[in-house]
Amino acid sequence: MIPVPTPVRFYQVGSFAVGNRLLDPDQRTVQADTARTNSLDSGHRACQGCGEALGARYVLDAAMRAAEDKVIAVNATGCLEVFSTPYPESSWRLAWIHSLFGNAPAVATGVAAAMRAKGRDDVRVVAQGGDGGTVDIGFGTLSGMFERNDDVLYVCYDNEAYMNTGVQRSGATPPAARTATTEAVGPAPGNAFGQGKDLPRIAMAHEISYVATATVADLHDLEAKTIRAMAHRGARYLHVLVPCPLGWGAASKDTIRLARLAKETGIFPVFEAEHGEVVSVAKIRHKAPVVEYLQAQRRYAHLFKGDHSDVIDQLQALAEANIARYGLLEPTSAEAPEVVED
Amino acid sequence: MRRQLEGSRAVAEAVARCRPEVVCAYPISPQTHIIEAIGAMVRTGAIERCEFVNVESEFAAMSVSIGASAAGARAYTATASQGLLYMSEAVYNAAGLGLPIVMTLANRALGAPINIWNDHSDAMAVRDSGWIQLFAEDNQEAVDLHIQAFRLAEELSLPVMVCMDGFILTHAMEEVDLPDQDQVDDFLPAYSPRQVLDPADPLSIGAMVGPEAYTEVRYLAHLRQLDALEAIPRIGAGFAAAFGRDSGGLVHPYRTEGADTVLVAMGSVLGTIKDVVDDLRDADIPVGVVGITAFRPFPFEAVRAACQGAERIVVVEKAFSLGFGGVLSSDVAMAGAAPQHLVHSVVAGLGGRPITKAAIADLIGRARAGELGSLSFLDLDEDLIAGELGRMAAERRSGPIAENLLRDLAGAPRRPRQTGRA
Repeated sequence: MIPVPTPVRFYQVGSFAVGNRLLDPDQRTVQADTARTNSLDSGHRACQGCGEALGARYVLDAAMRAAEDKVIAVNATGCLEVFSTPYPESSWRLAWIHSLFGNAPAVATGVAAAMRAKGRDDVRVVAQGGDGGTVDIGFGTLSGMFERNDDVLYVCYDNEAYMNTGVQRSGATPPAARTATTEAVGPAPGNAFGQGKDLPRIAMAHEISYVATATVADLHDLEAKTIRAMAHRGARYLHVLVPCPLGWGAASKDTIRLARLAKETGIFPVFEAEHGEVVSVAKIRHKAPVVEYLQAQRRYAHLFKGDHSDVIDQLQALAEANIARYGLLEPTSAEAPEVVED
Repeated sequence: MRRQLEGSRAVAEAVARCRPEVVCAYPISPQTHIIEAIGAMVRTGAIERCEFVNVESEFAAMSVSIGASAAGARAYTATASQGLLYMSEAVYNAAGLGLPIVMTLANRALGAPINIWNDHSDAMAVRDSGWIQLFAEDNQEAVDLHIQAFRLAEELSLPVMVCMDGFILTHAMEEVDLPDQDQVDDFLPAYSPRQVLDPADPLSIGAMVGPEAYTEVRYLAHLRQLDALEAIPRIGAGFAAAFGRDSGGLVHPYRTEGADTVLVAMGSVLGTIKDVVDDLRDADIPVGVVGITAFRPFPFEAVRAACQGAERIVVVEKAFSLGFGGVLSSDVAMAGAAPQHLVHSVVAGLGGRPITKAAIADLIGRARAGELGSLSFLDLDEDLIAGELGRMAAERRSGPIAENLLRDLAGAPRRPRQTGRA
C-alpha cells in the first residue's frame, strides 16, 4: 500500500524552502536531515549549476532513506558517470556500477535478479541515465525492463541533448532548439518540429505501476516522488527535467528558474501516473508565456533574430496542448488557483 | 551417469549442476535447446535459487549477466553468431570489468549472407575481447569444459566462453557421462567474488580511466589471461582426478610422434581428422594432429611443443580474416614450431560445408607433395566463382552476389530486370 501524503498547503511564491520547516519532521526534505546519506559526494566535476548533479543527489539520498541505505545504483554512460568517477576518484558513497551507455536498465535487471536469487528483497536497485541513454541508445533495454516488470526504479535526468559529447541532438531535444547537430542555420533553424519521444507516456503505455515527472525546481516534490516510487515493487520510471547551463546556453544561476519556467509555461508537464493512468498533476501556479522561457536560453537565440514569431507561436501551442492534456490549469476541488497541493 | 543425450541437453544438465544463480536467455539458433532446457529446469525447481530472465536481445542478455555477476551471483548465458556480435560491446565490457560470467557459444557463421550453420567466424570476431575461449571437440568435452569453466572463471575473475560447434555438436545425440551433483559440488566451490556490489560495503565499479592508468588496467587483464595458461591445465588435471577422464587442458596432441606433417584444428572437425590420421598411419604415412582447446589465451609453448619435429603444419580452420588469411594459422605460425612458409592455412567448413575424410586426406597428400600454398580454401567451387567474376566484369549492375550464386547453382536463368510496372 502506498502511503498517501498529507496535503500540505504552501503559500510562498517561487520557493518551497521555507515550507520545509512547517512540515512534520518525517515529511521534511531528505536533504535537510543532518543524518541523511551523502550518496553523491562533493568534489565531483559537474559544471556550475548542473541540474543533473542536483537531481541525482536528491533522488539517490531519498531512495537511500526509503530503502534504509540498501541501494545499488546502476549508471549509464554520460555526464553523470563521467563527472562523478574520474580515476582515481569516485563521488559515489553507495554501491554503484557503470557498464555501458545503452545497457543500464539491463544491468539493473541483472542486479535485481541476483538479489532475488539470493533472497535479498531488502536491497533495492536504482538505474539512472541521461536522456540520450534513456530515450535513444538505451530505449530497447529500458522497454525490456519495463515489460518484464523487473524490480528497478529507472531515473532519466533529461537535459534534452547529448551534453557529455558536446551538445548534440537526442530524441528528447525540443523543437527549434539549437544543438551541434541541429544548428541554427538554414530556413528552419534548430531542431525539427514533429519529432522526439515522450518517454513518460511510453513508460505509461507499458502499464508499469508508477511513472512520474519532476523538475529540479521542486526538489521536495522530486524527493517525495522518489520515495513514493520506492514504495512500489516492479518497474518504475521517474523522468526529471534537469537544465544544463552549457547545452542550453543559460546562466548557471538560472537552472532552478528555467526548470520552474518549464513547468509554469506548460512546456514540461509534471505529473504522476499509476498503472498507465495519470493520478495527479502539479498545477501551474503562475502561468508564464513560453517566450519568457525561450529568451533565457541561447539555444533559442536564433528565434529572436528576425521575425520568428510563427515558431514561437508553435512552441506556445505545444505548451497549450500539454496544459489541455494534463489539465495543468484546472483548479482542484475547493481550492483557490493560487494554492498548490503538494 | 552415462546417457544418450543431445549436446545442448547435456550442456544444460552440466550447467544446472554448476548451480547458476542468474541465467539469461535470448533465442538464436543453434543455441536455443540449451536455454530452453535450463529454463524448464529452473521452472521445475531442478535448479534451485536461480532466476531465469527472458530478455529482449543478446545485448541485454550479456548486460543482465554483467549486473548479476557484479552483484555476486553466478551468471550464465548462451548465444551464437549474430547474437554474439550484437552483444559484443557488452562482451568486451564483461571482460574489462573482470566478471566471471560463463557463456556457451554455439559456433555459427556470420552474415551477410545469413547462414545458420557452423563455422568459427563468431568466436574469432571477439578473440581480442579478453574472454577465455575454450573449444570443445565433442559433447563429452563440452559438458566437462562447462564445469571447468565456472571454476576457471571464478578463480581468475575472467569470463569464459565455451565454444561448441553449432548443430554438429549442439544437435548431435551422443553418449555422455553426466557427473553427479555431489561430484560437481566437490569440484566447484561457491562463488566468492573479488568485487561485489554490496550496500554494506559500497564501492564504485566501472569508473572512468584515462591515459594515466588505462594501459596498466589492460596489462593486468593480459596477465590474468597468462595466468590461465597455468590454471587451465591444472584445473583440467584436477578434473581428471575427480571425474576420471581427461578433458580440457590447452592442447590435445594425437599421434604426433615422428610425424612429418601435423594438422592443427579446433572443435568437432578433430574427430574427422583423427580418423584420417588413423587411416594414414595404418599406411605408414607419418602424420598427426594437434587439437587446440584453449584458443584464448593462446598456448604458444604447448603448441610449439606439440608440433615439434614436424616438417610442415597444416592448420584447418573454420574462419578467416578477409583481406588477411587464416587467424588460427597466424597464431600457430607465431608459436614458431615450423618456419612461417611451412605453416599452411586451409579455410574449411565455412557456413556448415561438410569437411570430409577424403578432402582431409587429399589435403595431407598435397601438403606432403609440396603442392599446398600458404592459404587455400577447401572444396572451393571454382566454376561458381568464375561465373560471378565474369558477370561482374560484363556489367555494372550485376546484382547481389548471393542471389546470383544461388541461381547459378539451381541452373536458373538470370532474373529479368524489373520495371516496377505491371
